[in-house]
Amino acid sequence: MVSLSSYLILSAILFSIGVVGFLLRRNTIVIFMSVELMLNAANLAFVAFSRFLNSMDGQVIVVFVMSVAAAEAAVGLAIIMAMYRTQKTVNADEMNLMKW
Amino acid sequence: MLETVLFVILAVFAVGTAVLVIIQRNPVASAIFLILTFFSLAGIYLLLQAEFIAVVQVIVYAGAIMVLFLFVIMLLNLEKEKRLVARSWLMKTVGAFLGVALLIQIGMVFRQALLEGTPGQFPPEKVAALGNTQVVARLLFTDFLLPFEITSVLLLVAIIGAILLAKRQI
Repeated sequence: MVSLSSYLILSAILFSIGVVGFLLRRNTIVIFMSVELMLNAANLAFVAFSRFLNSMDGQVIVVFVMSVAAAEAAVGLAIIMAMYRTQKTVNADEMNLMKW
Repeated sequence: MLETVLFVILAVFAVGTAVLVIIQRNPVASAIFLILTFFSLAGIYLLLQAEFIAVVQVIVYAGAIMVLFLFVIMLLNLEKEKRLVARSWLMKTVGAFLGVALLIQIGMVFRQALLEGTPGQFPPEKVAALGNTQVVARLLFTDFLLPFEITSVLLLVAIIGAILLAKRQI
């Protein structure tokens, strides 16, 4: 029987990897992938708690998180494409159109 | 015993592929490794007896969202981006340090917080008797009906927003 804390530690490790990727990468698409990784780590914590607390609410919330992630990916990638059309780059450091 | 072995294998695979996602130079390779991470997470959901979530994870994440990512990578010409010099060692060190600090912080919270609560009304035997998908669906259309309907509005807004942003001329 795997304990709740092992699932939570795995979730924490995945979340930290996502944070490091978000901080270190400059390609906006890979930054988006890091965000997806963090959302998945949160999902894992939800499902683990739902299993060990005998409640199904966590799994229902995971369905909502997935739909929000899908919406976020669609809009975010559309923004990246619009950005690439005007700036010819996906580098986060060169996206300074709105910077004062 | 089998559960522990499967968990260790899937966990190591998930962490390994997640690390590969953020260190790969080529965004296509990153996307492929992210798909592998999602598959191993789906296996972990099966260990947690969340069959519906595991299948939705494969269909929505590994299927729909990652296909969207791959399409965008292929639509953009990213040859120039591959030759980008990496961030300076100072920024790399600071980033890795912040990640480790966050991990330690989360670990401390897990050590101190009480990881138990009042048990809900769905013990595993009951869920197994009713069927995982049926229980999730019943909750989704009774207790969570309002959030469910709001999600449909959110998806509609996302569709309109994505089309407006990606169109050349409105």
